[in-house]
Amino acid sequence: MIGRVRLLPQTGAGWALVWLGFAALAALPFFATPFYVGLITTAMTAAMLALSLQLLVGGVGLVSLGHGAFYGLAAYIVYFLSPEGAAKPIWLTLPAAMCGSALAALVIGAISLRTKGFFFLMVTLAFGQLVYSVFHDTKLGGGTDGAYLAKPLLSAFGFTLETTSLPRSKRAWPVYYVALVQLVLMFGLLTWILRSMLGRVLEGVRVNDGRMRALGFNTFAYKLAAFTIAGALAGAAGHMWAMQSGFVNPELVGWHRSAEALLHILLGGIGTLAGPIVGAFAFIFLNDVAQQVTERKLLVEGAVILAAVLLMRNGITGLRWLPNLPSAKEGTAPDHDLAPPQKEAHVDD
Amino acid sequence: MGPGHKARDSKSKQMVAQLLNGLQYGLLLFLVASGLTLVFGVMGIINLAHGSLFMIGAYAAFLLTKMTGTLWLALPAGLLGGLALGAALEWSLFRHFAKREHLDQVMLTFALILLAEELRALVAGNDFHSVPVPALLDFPVPVTSGFAYSAYRFAVIGLCLLLALAMFLWIERTRMGAKIRAAAENPEVVDILGLDARRIHLVVFAVGTALAVVAGILAAPLTSVYPGMGDGLLIISFVVVVIGGLGSIAGAFWSALLIGLVDTLGKAYGPAFQGTGPLGTLVAAGSGSSVYILMIIVLLWRPTGLFGQRT
Repeated sequence: MIGRVRLLPQTGAGWALVWLGFAALAALPFFATPFYVGLITTAMTAAMLALSLQLLVGGVGLVSLGHGAFYGLAAYIVYFLSPEGAAKPIWLTLPAAMCGSALAALVIGAISLRTKGFFFLMVTLAFGQLVYSVFHDTKLGGGTDGAYLAKPLLSAFGFTLETTSLPRSKRAWPVYYVALVQLVLMFGLLTWILRSMLGRVLEGVRVNDGRMRALGFNTFAYKLAAFTIAGALAGAAGHMWAMQSGFVNPELVGWHRSAEALLHILLGGIGTLAGPIVGAFAFIFLNDVAQQVTERKLLVEGAVILAAVLLMRNGITGLRWLPNLPSAKEGTAPDHDLAPPQKEAHVDD
Repeated sequence: MGPGHKARDSKSKQMVAQLLNGLQYGLLLFLVASGLTLVFGVMGIINLAHGSLFMIGAYAAFLLTKMTGTLWLALPAGLLGGLALGAALEWSLFRHFAKREHLDQVMLTFALILLAEELRALVAGNDFHSVPVPALLDFPVPVTSGFAYSAYRFAVIGLCLLLALAMFLWIERTRMGAKIRAAAENPEVVDILGLDARRIHLVVFAVGTALAVVAGILAAPLTSVYPGMGDGLLIISFVVVVIGGLGSIAGAFWSALLIGLVDTLGKAYGPAFQGTGPLGTLVAAGSGSSVYILMIIVLLWRPTGLFGQRT
């Protein structure tokens, strides 16, 4: 029996809390107004993006600033497949978007993972910007202004769900549940990955890449696998965005999107898998409240980040009054008997 | 002289103008990228807000020109103000983030970008503003018969070269420069030798900030000032640092010139390939992203950049 997985809840109570959270989300549309159903769909999309990035940041210690590229690319793939007036079914658009993003992540990862530390950050940033410049400077996807698309149809086995057939107050429900199902599936998939051999090796890479290589692991291949999976999952998030908003523009690809996903991770807690979800929800709600008070959106965002970086170093899930979700730095979990002291991942070799 | 000769003549004139543009752009890039690479190399800090310093410089030029009617005051004010701003930022924030994780540094500097943009919106609004070229330099300089180039752009080239030379002498020939080189190469040596690492960091950050602010001031009359103008420059500066190699001033210099020329020429001549077969279409499509393609090639060849140490 190998030790527990660092990023996952360490106790039954912790798991209960996670599933309770998902159950609350499942019940929420019955109590909330359509506005909040829409807002939480947005939050779940952001949570999916942050969750996919957490595989790299929390799981491997790779801080990528180009993750938004895969998110935006997927949204653009939906636009290409399902342009305005020619809606395609979701069983076509979702796999296509995820495959496209995975392919892009495979290529970009293969090049950028040759570098590490600061270089990795800068190279992923530049790659993201390369994708951005393709959509921003050419007429490929509507240029700077972006373009409308036909939201993918919710159809399966010949049956199509027409949202217009629903009462007005329930029209946002199908998209909401599509997002929730994907979020839960993604959480489950990442749990499975973190428990698998791949996850174990990635944790080893995070702690000490050189030592893992000395043990005979081809760490590059493992990192590339993680990068590609994270890209595909970011693609699912991008697809979700297209599905909810029916609109694409180059800002989806820009690096601010990646930085926001990093912020969600940091805010929620870098040391837990649930952290990015909590962080995304907290941030989107904070933003919504702030916008009712002040028009200075960036000021609020900047202040929140400063507070998170300066004061709350382990994020919301790392706060002490949540005992079941272990924090990254405190090493509260008893699973460190074999691991060396927690250090940064970019140990030289 | 036939019309063909005339067309060729104007083409070569255009070529010279584009080369000069590329040189001038590359030199401005150097001012920004050298600060970025020094701060990386010496302090181990990734500063995403470096582009915002450039923007602050440009808006300072705009505001000062509007108030005083001339750009001349902005230069010394920007240099001194930049040094002071850099020192204040280092002392209050960056000093405490030198040992923190990348993610924390990224988030801190991302927050600073957002705050700088908000400040810019408060002070100068969200419109584009043009900054007049100083009257003293607002004339064309004849280069060859029938071809003239803006005196201001020449002045920018000259001033940037002067600053680059000063940087070079400072780094290579002075005591402080030797300490900085030591710190960039091996931070532990600084501690072992009993040098004051804090002072070195303060100086490096202040100088890097001042260079970015000055670059912004010089660029203001050329590009006009607009929201988010630091963002694009930041990314290109990263590309410069990646190609040049971390912490290398010489690397930043040559790679900035390379990027400046490739970007300018790519954007000027790439689109002309449109419609000359499938290869031409590909070239035309890639011309806007030529610097990124260059970066990919360099990385595949040498993952630590052209002038980087092989660690």
